[in-house]
Amino acid sequence: MNASTVTPIGAPVRRKEDKRFITGKGRYTDDLSRPGQAHAYFLRSPYAHARIRTIDTAAAAEMPGVVGVLTGRDLAQDGLGGLICGWMINSKDGSPMRAGAHPALAVDTVRYVGDHVAVVIAETLNLAKDAAAALAVEYEVLPAVPDLAVAQAQGAAQIHEAAPNNTVFEWELGDRAAVEAAFAQAAHVTEIDIVNNRLAPNPMEPRAAIGEYDAGDEAYTLWTTSQNPHVARLVLSAFVGLAPENKLRVIAPDVGGGFGSKIFIYAEETVCAWAAKKVGRPVKWTCERGEAFLCDAHGRDHVTKGRLALDAQGKILGFQVKTIANMGAYLSTFASCVPTYLYATLLSGQYAIPAIYCEVDAVYTNTAPVDAYRGAGRPEATFLVERIVDKAARELGIDPAEMRRRNFITAFPHQTPVIMCYDAGDYAASLDKALEMADYAGFPARRAEAERRGKLRGIGLSNYIEACGIAPSAAVGSLGAGVGLWESAEVRVNPTGNVEVLTGSHSHGQGHETTFAQLVSARLGIPIDQVTVIHGDTDKVQFGMGTYGSRSGAVGMSAIVKALDKVEAKAKKIAAHILEASEGDIEFKDGRFSVAGTDRGLAFAEVALNAYVAHKFPTSEIEPGLKEGAFYDPTNFTFPAGCHVCELEVDPETGTTEIVNWIAVDDFGTVINPMIVEGQVHGGIAQGVGQALMERVAYDGEGQLVTGSYMDYQMPRAEDFPAFKVGMTETRCPSNPLGMKGCGEAGAIAAPPAVINALADALGTQDISMPATPAKVWAIAQARVTRQAAE
Amino acid sequence: MYAFDYRRPSALDEVVSLLGGLEEPKLLAGGQTLLPTLKQRLAQPGTLVDLAGIPGLADIAAEGGGVRIGAMATHARVATSDVVRAAIPALAELAAVIGDPAVRNRGTIGGSVANNDPTADYPAACLALGAMIVTTARRIPADEFFAGLFETALGEDEVIVAIEFPRPELAAYRKFRNPASRYAMAGVFVARTGEGVRVAVTGAGQSGVFRWGAAEAALTDDFTAAALESVPLDASDLMSDLHGGADYRAQLVKVMAKRAVEAAAR
Amino acid sequence: MTHVSMTVNGRAVSADVEPRMLLVQFLREKLLLTGTHVGCDTSQCGACVVQVDGAAVKSCTLLAVQADGCAVLTIEGLAPSGALHPMQEAFREHHGLQCGFCTPGMIMTAMDMVARLGPDLDEATIRENLDGNLCRCTGYHNIVKAVAAGARAMAPASAAAE
Repeated sequence: MNASTVTPIGAPVRRKEDKRFITGKGRYTDDLSRPGQAHAYFLRSPYAHARIRTIDTAAAAEMPGVVGVLTGRDLAQDGLGGLICGWMINSKDGSPMRAGAHPALAVDTVRYVGDHVAVVIAETLNLAKDAAAALAVEYEVLPAVPDLAVAQAQGAAQIHEAAPNNTVFEWELGDRAAVEAAFAQAAHVTEIDIVNNRLAPNPMEPRAAIGEYDAGDEAYTLWTTSQNPHVARLVLSAFVGLAPENKLRVIAPDVGGGFGSKIFIYAEETVCAWAAKKVGRPVKWTCERGEAFLCDAHGRDHVTKGRLALDAQGKILGFQVKTIANMGAYLSTFASCVPTYLYATLLSGQYAIPAIYCEVDAVYTNTAPVDAYRGAGRPEATFLVERIVDKAARELGIDPAEMRRRNFITAFPHQTPVIMCYDAGDYAASLDKALEMADYAGFPARRAEAERRGKLRGIGLSNYIEACGIAPSAAVGSLGAGVGLWESAEVRVNPTGNVEVLTGSHSHGQGHETTFAQLVSARLGIPIDQVTVIHGDTDKVQFGMGTYGSRSGAVGMSAIVKALDKVEAKAKKIAAHILEASEGDIEFKDGRFSVAGTDRGLAFAEVALNAYVAHKFPTSEIEPGLKEGAFYDPTNFTFPAGCHVCELEVDPETGTTEIVNWIAVDDFGTVINPMIVEGQVHGGIAQGVGQALMERVAYDGEGQLVTGSYMDYQMPRAEDFPAFKVGMTETRCPSNPLGMKGCGEAGAIAAPPAVINALADALGTQDISMPATPAKVWAIAQARVTRQAAE
Repeated sequence: MYAFDYRRPSALDEVVSLLGGLEEPKLLAGGQTLLPTLKQRLAQPGTLVDLAGIPGLADIAAEGGGVRIGAMATHARVATSDVVRAAIPALAELAAVIGDPAVRNRGTIGGSVANNDPTADYPAACLALGAMIVTTARRIPADEFFAGLFETALGEDEVIVAIEFPRPELAAYRKFRNPASRYAMAGVFVARTGEGVRVAVTGAGQSGVFRWGAAEAALTDDFTAAALESVPLDASDLMSDLHGGADYRAQLVKVMAKRAVEAAAR
Repeated sequence: MTHVSMTVNGRAVSADVEPRMLLVQFLREKLLLTGTHVGCDTSQCGACVVQVDGAAVKSCTLLAVQADGCAVLTIEGLAPSGALHPMQEAFREHHGLQCGFCTPGMIMTAMDMVARLGPDLDEATIRENLDGNLCRCTGYHNIVKAVAAGARAMAPASAAAE
């Protein structure tokens, strides 16, 4: 499928954006330089919790090459507000969440290792670092509470005055009485304790920012590694108070991965923009990986107790969940919605569960803020559901696949007891296909063969569901969202017939420049190389909500479809005048407007030219030009779902786990570009396997980060995986015009329970926590040998 | 990085005199450990003295049945050297699993041995093969060279010139990599010579590379993996960290030792 | 300041640099060759891989002064402007990249792999030799396919015709 052809929906079109990336011509934020730019280096707290007694900047300010040294007091003096959390959660008793202040630079207290104490701006980064060493900060070290388990305990150190017992909210969802009734009549109860390990998102491009101030226009420009530049501008304008929106341009150029971590509005980009005016120079900051580990928002970090009530046949009667969610030291931009509305609302999984009750306590600790990371709440829900269902199956002696089948939701729409109304799906279809692709029936023979080689082989299932496209706006608003979650698009047809599509979505690896162009190419019947997708610049795109939560297809592309509908409608009017036919007789097909039943017609480009020449239609009735915009607000979430199967082997001598086979069968609804979609699945699986087997952010008892680099934080490598086998099933999503559901997070949601269920199968125990590192697995395997010897 | 000066002398005696005359000099070989250390501002040398300009310092030659490897020979060169592969294939195999391909293209045997990182691979080969560390001042047997974590017998103005490895009858190296860093979490080099068996362990010891005497005795009697089954290893001398406790490392040492014996005997 | 001269992508360049300037900084900041990226501080991610005298190295772990007198090849120099090297083409064809940040290092590592091990690379060999290159987007699946295909495409015409 080459660039000069029309690209139908469903074709694996090669990516338009690749040329610049494979030739080194990508333009990431750190690749940009502004004339006269200076470099920022942030002095960070070495303590998890401390009062700042004094900061003496005098010596640092005198160091060679220093342009400015700024602290939280300077920020406060300029009247700038703190960073915000944009989703209000109310506790069970109706009280609003208790959020502590979150200044971009600490004023009197630092609350985690890496917290921002001061910024040094100098001619070069090395000089800024040299000068930072001369900053004299006197700390009064305070007791720290890095451990989630004890943060709410009596006598624990208090991190924010506003949040007694370090508790941000105590929230609930569901029907407690109904769940209690279900347990009262249960034939069997399965219980599980889960720690959902804290992860560092680790996009390969570290965050970066360049702030610039034009004193003539009194306007700021901020280049930054953002997944949602418009939201960044809105927050910096409306809440931080940096500048009015019309005097603040935010540009997110090529962005090297995000996975959620680049949604948020951080201290560093805020400070770079503000400081640019203060020092009268463009100010550039590029995060080092070590800094990213310290202060990029982390993901997950839940402690959960789950109880499942079942009848004697394994039918689920009720589900009760208590989760404590770590927020870190401050509430990050969307932190509060992750363990609540993105988590508890998915606790029904793919199953018809009559009663669910979930309590979530959100807790401050002296650690980096925790916010959305690929999947955001939904991996935590799926992990809990898929682990407890698997455990229940084994306790009841039911095959895990059969157990799932007995409980599947089979009729749609299906209203769950936890807000969500699933609109479409066929869970048995994806399970059946996955079992077939995995040769589930042949597993016992493979296990026996592995045993002869001294390996423990296991197979694990994960039937995940997620809610994507986060919407409609009114619904999320009623749940506490501070913003609407629609999307915008503008389709500009140029006089010569080529097209620019402006979208409020943002691509940082997802391939929007191709998929979105493919959609337009197919719809307008013009070659894909005549379609350019523009995103990531608030001066070009009027507004948009950005890309996260697998929303860009279902919401962002739907907005494009809506704009395309308007373009087509107007073009038809123009064509009708030129062809001297009635508008109702104009058909548009394969890039051509024609009069029904005749051979008279016009190519799309001819109509486009006429729209601008405007000689052949009455401009009193039809405005010249061909450009249409649309805002699209979906009618429901979308519900991608599927079944992943992991087969693995454990070397009991070393505890090494080798994944030997991976099957992914996903239902994403309509797929525009299967090549790109499969790529999203692959990447998600790798991150999910990373969570299951490798990754963990760890703090010690004093709140020092123990896993501060790739020397200690294990990243998935090529060697850690087999080739993945990806299949698809399709049920169309009824709530958007394309029938799309979203694919970006599926792998990361599906993978962790598939791995741990497979390990549980291999090791014969349910007591396996993530990450299941070799040392941990070896200890479990040893215990198994000891147990077997005793039996 | 802190600021420093840079020199690239072209003769060894010049290197030695620079080391004696400069403030806080530091030798730069491949730089694969040194530069990350400097980037984190964990060291502040006054001058880096680069050994890359010394002719012949990377030569590899057969010598007395064994091999003499110049200090500046990269891991990649050792891994692919016909001379090394003919004399001591286990040494070439060890070099081939250090770091990653790009690191192997720069990292050197001399740098690795002089740094004596407790998780480095070469120290195990030196100890197990009974290597001779040849310096600008003297010849130091490996048994006298490694002196604990990042400590060696090298004097302040002494430079490693080459390492001489005698040829063993049988040898093999097996390591379990730290899952995150890829350094050795337990690396065991087993070598059998006419004088007996030597077993050197890296990555696991609290004091760096060490010889595992009990295993040597057992294997001298019976060079089989089974002979190691009941050989004790005191876990209290082993490292314990995020990636695994001392017990786990003890287990890894034993498993890697067995696998090395099996590979050597193959 | 120390004076360095080297050949970068076939072009002779020289400059006065601080000894503490890394090769990757020299490429990015002095020569504005920003295709070579920095993704970590511990020499592990491989986003910065370039060739120095024909061998892949991590340019974040090499001082510019150490490359004095060397020939350096970066992603920008793999193919003439407007053209694609077969390895670049393979990454595009097989969707071996998503965000693109690790890609230059992946491609330069793949080039080194072919130079060392020849054009016929099996999956296990490729995965093992990507040990020093991290990607967070692709799960490596399509990178492995791209490297295999790119390597085959780099085989001499006679071999390819067999």
